[in-house]
Amino acid sequence: MAVLGDVIFWVLALLAVASGVMVFRFDSMARATYALLTSLLCVGGEVLLLGLDYLGVVIVLMMTIEMAIMAVFMVMYMMNPAGLMPMTMVHNTKGAAVICGAVFAVLAAGILLAPWPSRRGRPSHDPTMDLGLSLMGPQMLTMMTLGLTLFATIVATVVLATRRGRYDRFGDDLRSRTADDPVRGGMSR
Amino acid sequence: MSLELFLLLAAALFSIGLFGALTQQSIVMLMMGLELMLGGIIVGAAAVWHYIAPAAADGQVLVVLAVTVMAVEMAIGFAVVTALFRAREVDMTDMAAELKE
Repeated sequence: MAVLGDVIFWVLALLAVASGVMVFRFDSMARATYALLTSLLCVGGEVLLLGLDYLGVVIVLMMTIEMAIMAVFMVMYMMNPAGLMPMTMVHNTKGAAVICGAVFAVLAAGILLAPWPSRRGRPSHDPTMDLGLSLMGPQMLTMMTLGLTLFATIVATVVLATRRGRYDRFGDDLRSRTADDPVRGGMSR
Repeated sequence: MSLELFLLLAAALFSIGLFGALTQQSIVMLMMGLELMLGGIIVGAAAVWHYIAPAAADGQVLVVLAVTVMAVEMAIGFAVVTALFRAREVDMTDMAAELKE
């Protein structure tokens, strides 16, 4: 069983890193999106491997839908969605490579040199139950902050993405009595 | 499998994502880099939960937090790209910086 776990870990880890690299090497934006999806699905697999069934499944489902939406936006906004005209849209590759190499080296040194504490306690029979009790109990403040953040995100997303806001409709000082809409509202149209 | 291996995987994903976020000019590709970095953080948090403190649920809460950050980042990122594209017809960081002047 331990050997099987090792094999699964290495396969998922190598696939995650390889497809992570390919995200920024593919010419085609659609391919890059699917490479990112592969990488994040492997992340979900690693989380499942660590015994977090609920969170692993959540990550897998969320990433699948998120990448589907991302592919749509890709096709909307990218000049080169299918990779038919290879072009580079990068800047400062060398500097970034140096920075990222240094970051990885520092992180790896910290990981290998730090005296990690030994394992304390055992995972309970049902970690998902633990998570739920924690979020509804001691971590309630975290949960409420997350909820408020998500709500604020919904509002901010609509405000940012809408074409005509209240300043377009009621003038810069919001003094206009009737809204300046392309199609007038009301019954007598 | 050990804590160090999982954390090294997390560090590798984080560094690759950082490279993408630093080099890509397209805002959507930049967001992909941020997603990869958050993926690394998720692996790290889950590994710390499993190998250091499996009895407490705090590591799991950290994973929930990272997943939420991912969702918020995607939503706000696409909304900003939409607003920017509508106002200036640009989808790249350098072009947006030039137009500021």
